[in-house]
Amino acid sequence: MKALANIWRNLPLKAKVGVGLFGFFLLAGIIGPIVQPYDPNAQTPLTLAAPSGQHWFGTTQTGQDIFSQVLTGIRLTLELSLLVGVIVTVVSVLVGVTGAFLGGVWDDTLSLITNVFLVIPPLPLLIILLGYLPDQGQTPTILVLSLLGWPWGARVIRAQTLAIRGRDFIDASRETGEKNWRIIIFELIPNEISLIAASFVNTVLYAIGASVALAFVGLTNVNEWSLGTILYWSQTDSALQVGAWWWYVPAGLAVALIGTSLVLLNSGLDELGSPRLRATRGTARVAGHRIWPTDPTPVLAQLQASRGRIGSFLYSFSRRSMLEGNAAGGDL
Amino acid sequence: MAPILEIDDLSVAYRSDGGDVHAVEHVNLTLNAGEVVGLCGESGSGKSTLAYGATRLLRPPALVTSGSVRYRGRRITQGGDPADILTMNHRELARIRWREVAIVFQSAMNALNPVLRVQDQILDAITAHLKLPRREAREKAANLLDLVGIPRARLRAFPHELSGGMRQRVMIAMALASDPEVVIMDEPTTALDVVVQRDILAQIVELKETLGFSVLFITHDLSLLLELADRIAVMYAGRLLETGNSAAIMREPAHPYTRGLLHSFPSLHGPRRELIGIPGTPPDLRDVKPGCPFIPRCSYTIPACAEVDMSLNPVVVPGPGSGLPAPVGGSHLTACPIVTPEEVSKEGVLS
Amino acid sequence: MAYILRRLAFYLVAAFVAITLNFFIPRAVPGNPAEIILSKYQNITPQAFKAIEQMIGGAVGTGSLWSQYLHYWNDVFHFNFGVDLTDYPTPVSAMLDQALPWTLILVGTATVIAFLLGTGLGILAGWRHGGFLDRSLPVWMFFQAAPYFFIALILVDFFAVTHHWLPVGQGYNGEVTSPGWTWAFLSNAIEHALLPAFTIVLTSVAGWMLQMRNVMITTINEDYVIAAQAKGLSKRRVIFTYSARNALLPQLQGFGLALGFVVSGALIMEIVFSYPGIGYLLLEAVQNKDFPLMQAIFLCITFAVLIANLVVDLIIVFFDPRARAREAA
Repeated sequence: MKALANIWRNLPLKAKVGVGLFGFFLLAGIIGPIVQPYDPNAQTPLTLAAPSGQHWFGTTQTGQDIFSQVLTGIRLTLELSLLVGVIVTVVSVLVGVTGAFLGGVWDDTLSLITNVFLVIPPLPLLIILLGYLPDQGQTPTILVLSLLGWPWGARVIRAQTLAIRGRDFIDASRETGEKNWRIIIFELIPNEISLIAASFVNTVLYAIGASVALAFVGLTNVNEWSLGTILYWSQTDSALQVGAWWWYVPAGLAVALIGTSLVLLNSGLDELGSPRLRATRGTARVAGHRIWPTDPTPVLAQLQASRGRIGSFLYSFSRRSMLEGNAAGGDL
Repeated sequence: MAPILEIDDLSVAYRSDGGDVHAVEHVNLTLNAGEVVGLCGESGSGKSTLAYGATRLLRPPALVTSGSVRYRGRRITQGGDPADILTMNHRELARIRWREVAIVFQSAMNALNPVLRVQDQILDAITAHLKLPRREAREKAANLLDLVGIPRARLRAFPHELSGGMRQRVMIAMALASDPEVVIMDEPTTALDVVVQRDILAQIVELKETLGFSVLFITHDLSLLLELADRIAVMYAGRLLETGNSAAIMREPAHPYTRGLLHSFPSLHGPRRELIGIPGTPPDLRDVKPGCPFIPRCSYTIPACAEVDMSLNPVVVPGPGSGLPAPVGGSHLTACPIVTPEEVSKEGVLS
Repeated sequence: MAYILRRLAFYLVAAFVAITLNFFIPRAVPGNPAEIILSKYQNITPQAFKAIEQMIGGAVGTGSLWSQYLHYWNDVFHFNFGVDLTDYPTPVSAMLDQALPWTLILVGTATVIAFLLGTGLGILAGWRHGGFLDRSLPVWMFFQAAPYFFIALILVDFFAVTHHWLPVGQGYNGEVTSPGWTWAFLSNAIEHALLPAFTIVLTSVAGWMLQMRNVMITTINEDYVIAAQAKGLSKRRVIFTYSARNALLPQLQGFGLALGFVVSGALIMEIVFSYPGIGYLLLEAVQNKDFPLMQAIFLCITFAVLIANLVVDLIIVFFDPRARAREAA
């Protein structure tokens, strides 16, 4: 628990915004079925109505309430993506760690498989796979997405595992006779947590994007209200041409915002995991001046001299200047 | 002896949310023309920070908190007042960089651009400061490689195609590209094996005699400096503890730390003795305690050590017969006022 | 040289896997796709049906699995992908021939522009780490996360439907001009390509910029950049020849890896614009369960991406002297 609190404190602002945003959608997905005003399938005579008090997001061509559809869509899409995320993360950790740990022929084979599936463009393959399946509902979609999603994480985790494996503390564990699987679980994986977390977030991102794209093309069950399906129907029923923007904007926006929250979170995790990106927080504020990373080393006396009188007066109230007063640069 | 670089009361700190890390504290160091000054200290002592801070090459969150770095090279001062590197703007710094003060970095593999040929990197250094036509610049680059003993064919090579020793020589050649007055060498031979080390050091001495530049040689290896340097400065926890001629330092180390360093490597002559290191670890530089930073590891410490003001003063030795201390002539300075060299160099005395 | 050959061998393996997958998937799924076709399309001649069965597997009498496999390879080498079902009896390869140039030109050009623009912006954002461009990143992230076709929808709505500044869709206006090397046709085609190209650039620039920015930040902290500054080199030289030139290598590698995704997204986007490329053809194929067409498109896209990856590898070797040496040792 303390570790989590520590992580939270160290996350940059944009990552916290990402978490908040994602949490909002998560909540929407969870309370969706309770809160939604209408049954998403229910047709009403109020067709293609613009947003109003009665229908917050307007209605479709058959009078279905779009707000309810979007709520259901958020839930289904999140459900699917999170599940894919879990499955893929487990598989990619397995493959990545095993390959790196065993080495030799095993590693070569696993790497080859990983790389081949990395380079083959996933969407056309997904289309073929789903296209041939008789049932295109939630479960096959999850399976198919998981099948093609693991190479990314596996490759990254393998690289990291190789780097760690060479380090001394692993050899030390080996010397003391610790069993392989224990080494993997207790020594290796804790060192890769941030990488695994980032991989998970990336996978969820991929799953959302891919599932929405597949639904848009009509490959998933078009009677299940995922966010992509809403967009599919809006396209099929020419919402664009008749100017019914309320049909596709909310669903698309939801996808975009969920995606953005994940990208923000990921860049925050990136900075956490890579000390280089974190240590250089970019331009620094020193003594009230902005210093770029590539500027010559600043000299305190010069900075203070160029601040001017009003600047100095204002600065004297800042926390920094209080600290400077106590700096050991003065009295020893 | 005409000073060419005067570092006066220099302090460098790294700013962080948890408080400042005082990497260099009030250091005074003078480099004279044609001299080799050795800067010696363990990892984390601040010796590199001192050099890069003085030339303003440190990246944020580093900050120079006090002092001045006065450069007296004739090209810049033109017989007038010295120029303070710390007050220079971008343009003036560009004139100083490399042309007046050049640096040989520690790891040549990291300091050379991996995608440029050796020739292009040397040419960069030449053309940034000297207005030479292309053919002359290329000839000069070739001459530089001759100077350091590398075959001219290697001009077209990439850094990864050279051996470690060759890369370091390329770094030296590059440093001399625009005829600097001062060359700062940051542990140039640490990563190399002893035989190559020897060659390169000999080369440096030869070049210095021929071209006449001054050298600030940074290393953790005191034994190297005893042979190479004219004067030695010993640094610890961001402060200078002792400065003086190499001969004086070797014969009569005045600070317990210096003695510890001298005794941590074996000598070829004399009886075999046990290698004595210096127990303990360097202090946390965030927490600057008053007095001498070496107190926790010093065998001679007394309560008064915590009130010492760490300025360098001439070394004193017991006067002949009288039992009263008398100052030694010359420039052997130390920050430790408590002990005398005689006590420190006595063998086998450890309380 | 050895490095290039190794990469080529790898891509051949990948192509082999793709073709084999293409062969096995219809045979591996539950149900009999051939029967679906038969029931849906009544007017297929027996020979044509036999050919289709060869391609996707049938019930009886088409020989052992191995012989089917070999036949399949033969077909692929002769670019014989069977006949299209919706547009029966047009051969599939003819349909691909027609759609491919549209996609190649649009997606190819837009992707390259996006990459160059994004990389350039990334260099700036990385060099001025923490500056204005850097702090506007979340906005770029939004565009990166939004589905391509969604942005397309918004843009079409604004530029075409509401304001009539640009055409709503299609590759060209059939009533006004017809295909040929005439200025009338070309200018019309360009006009129709503006909005789709703009969409691709807008949505993919963010990804390239973010990636380059991160690599630049790491590169700037390398010793050789500090050394370059110590040498007193001009700012431009330090940024471009010492920092960006080195940062470009991982960036190019990332480009190769991401190519599959970028192309996929662009194809889906074609649907919004009814742009007569491979993507639009794919939609038709999926909706009509036109299996021969679907499979052919899969192979087509895969090969295109593999070739593009090989080209990127060649470029990397050109820029990185270490790559040439790496595999030679």
